[in-house]
Amino acid sequence: MEPLNALVSLANFVLIPATAYGAQLALGALGVTLIYGILRFSNFAHGDTMAFGTMAVILTTWGFQAIGISAGPLPTALLALPIGIAVTGLLLLGTDRVVYKFYRTKKAVPVTFVIASLGVMFVMNGLVRFIIGPDDQLFSDGARFLITAGDFKRMTGLDEGMAIKTTQVITVVVAVIVVAILFWFLNRTRTGKSMRAYSDNEDLALLSGINPERVVMYTWLIVAALATIAGTLYGLDKSFKPFTYFQLLLPIFASAIVGGLGSPVGAIAGGFLIAFAEVTITYPLKKVLGYLMPEALEPDGLIQLLSTDYKFAVSFVILIIVLLFRPTGLFAGKSV
Amino acid sequence: MSSYNIRVVALFSLVAVLFVGTGFIQSWNVALTIFNMGLISAIMALGVNMQWGYAGLFNVGIMGFVALGGLGTVLVSTPPNTEALAAGGLRVVGGLALGAATVIAAIMAYRRLKTYRGWITAAILLVGFFVFRAVLDPGVEAVEAVNPASAGNIGGLGLPVLLAWPVGGLLAAGAAWVIGKTALGLRSDYLAIATLGIAEIVIAIMKNEDWLARGVKNVIGLPRPVPYEIDLQASSGFRNFATGLDADPVTASTIAVKLAYAGLFGVVLLLLIWLTQAALASPWGRMMRAIRDNEVAAEAMGKDVTARHLQIFILGSAVVGLAGAMMTTLDGQLTPGTYQPLRYTFLIWVMVIVGGSGNNWGSVLGGFLIWWLWVQVEPLGALLMEGVTAGMADGFWLKGHLLASVAHMRLLTMGVILLLVLRFSPKGLLPER
Repeated sequence: MEPLNALVSLANFVLIPATAYGAQLALGALGVTLIYGILRFSNFAHGDTMAFGTMAVILTTWGFQAIGISAGPLPTALLALPIGIAVTGLLLLGTDRVVYKFYRTKKAVPVTFVIASLGVMFVMNGLVRFIIGPDDQLFSDGARFLITAGDFKRMTGLDEGMAIKTTQVITVVVAVIVVAILFWFLNRTRTGKSMRAYSDNEDLALLSGINPERVVMYTWLIVAALATIAGTLYGLDKSFKPFTYFQLLLPIFASAIVGGLGSPVGAIAGGFLIAFAEVTITYPLKKVLGYLMPEALEPDGLIQLLSTDYKFAVSFVILIIVLLFRPTGLFAGKSV
Repeated sequence: MSSYNIRVVALFSLVAVLFVGTGFIQSWNVALTIFNMGLISAIMALGVNMQWGYAGLFNVGIMGFVALGGLGTVLVSTPPNTEALAAGGLRVVGGLALGAATVIAAIMAYRRLKTYRGWITAAILLVGFFVFRAVLDPGVEAVEAVNPASAGNIGGLGLPVLLAWPVGGLLAAGAAWVIGKTALGLRSDYLAIATLGIAEIVIAIMKNEDWLARGVKNVIGLPRPVPYEIDLQASSGFRNFATGLDADPVTASTIAVKLAYAGLFGVVLLLLIWLTQAALASPWGRMMRAIRDNEVAAEAMGKDVTARHLQIFILGSAVVGLAGAMMTTLDGQLTPGTYQPLRYTFLIWVMVIVGGSGNNWGSVLGGFLIWWLWVQVEPLGALLMEGVTAGMADGFWLKGHLLASVAHMRLLTMGVILLLVLRFSPKGLLPER
């Protein structure tokens, strides 16, 4: 049974958390990649957009809890999602109207948009801290575990336990649904097709009568939905802290770039690649290897390749390697 | 006077009024504290302006270079920890040398080999990594075990702290060389993300590698280039001087120390302005701007764009590192936990953009103005909020919340200022000439 124990241990500490984290990164990277594809700039405010969306969801959740609405075993935050998305969507449309539209009409160079997004980042960051404060917020309720480690041991008779958190399952399920809807939207609907056309060739799209402002509006709304969902799932799974969301910018950008900026499939692949690499390299593998190797060869140390605090280094190294050898990313993104 | 010169004089007078006003309304100690950090901010902004304003390089890893400068201060000015060095110093140095050798070997292998070069490079890196950890880790443990409550690090060279400033710059320049070699060929947004990542890694290393500079346990009580207030108060000469000025000796000593720092920083700033202005006006500066404005044309004229970019990236980072070393000297301590990108990267960017990218005087102006605002927005915001909440009943939740959140006003204000300047005066307060 030793290999089985090793597998369960690996699944428990690496595969399951990495899958959930990968789904969260993928949703975040999809938002970045859509903005890059259609509005043609790297949005540095994306981490803070996620924080804002999550904050809207948390406040709505507290409101629901106060009047006694709950989703049973599921977190109340799922019910609050639509309201959070609507609020974030309004904020992004407002930002576009006040900030970005001016530069779009002027046909400013991409880096002007990036610097403008730095300003937006400051404002959103300040707004979030102003409204909800800089501290950790736990807003997950409902059942905590689908399977606890103890249950799993009793069920299977293995030495190693495997716990599955409700939030991890919810993350994956929600991410699959969201991605399915997004791809259906982009590939099957008229608006989605016009978005792809606009992303591929702006001039040609304009000639065929596509209204650019409409495309931009839909993009911001979709980005609002993606950012809010990604942020809420991350917050449910871990916890909500504005500064952590700001720091998520790096792995999210790495995911989007590794996959190829502007390519939705690439964003998803990149998200999972970064998440698995990060978790595997920063997790002490001693337990897993201990089951697989004969006792004499059992490793002494923890076999933790890098301390957890170096997780940024992992996304960074992958990013550099991919960029040096495949400058447009794994799924051939575009470059502006 | 041309309208540009009038603008320069008017804006710098405005900044002077802000600082003098702070001195009269709050206190001269507060004004000088802000002024000293303003000097350092101005130097950081000059460094960023060299990269962005002269060459159009989008570096958002300023925080990392600032922190490296601070590390330089610790490594130069603190006394060496002989016990720790004897316990594990050799292993640490050997481990680092092996790590560097591994990377060099991997690069050589990748360049020279024809067949299976990917696999061989990967194998070199993998084996090298484990050898590196095997040699380094015991050394690190030995160093960290020596007196961990007060030391646990290798210490420094025990040299005068002023020497640490150029060394801080050199450290940052070295890091910039490595980063530039790998990332400068990339497009602007990729370079931005890469530098963002490097800065986080530098901070992670400084937080975790306790043997280097005690990590989050902080190094405190760094040597100072200026006398201590206590010593001034004890010297009869200074006391007589203070009484002669009709001042309280304690206040006079704190102000004298701050003035001494201001003098040191001011000399560095003036020297840098002179150098950067001369560089900008030289053929080299014209070449840089030509490259920035049209890379393809500059390359067609025979300019080596990549090499020039690397050069200016290193120079700008060195200036930022120098400022980082000065800042750590002023603080008297190195606290890696306090380095935050919003404060040390993006705020400097606000200074450069608001001041006017490409204009050295603009960066200096932006450094002082934005730093003054960053500090003063909090008391001003508190006043504003007290005004807003004055009509609300005590104990009303919104009143408490608004008053408690005043501290977060500064981020909001900085964002609004950046957006307003970018929109209505996109070249900044002092446009490039």
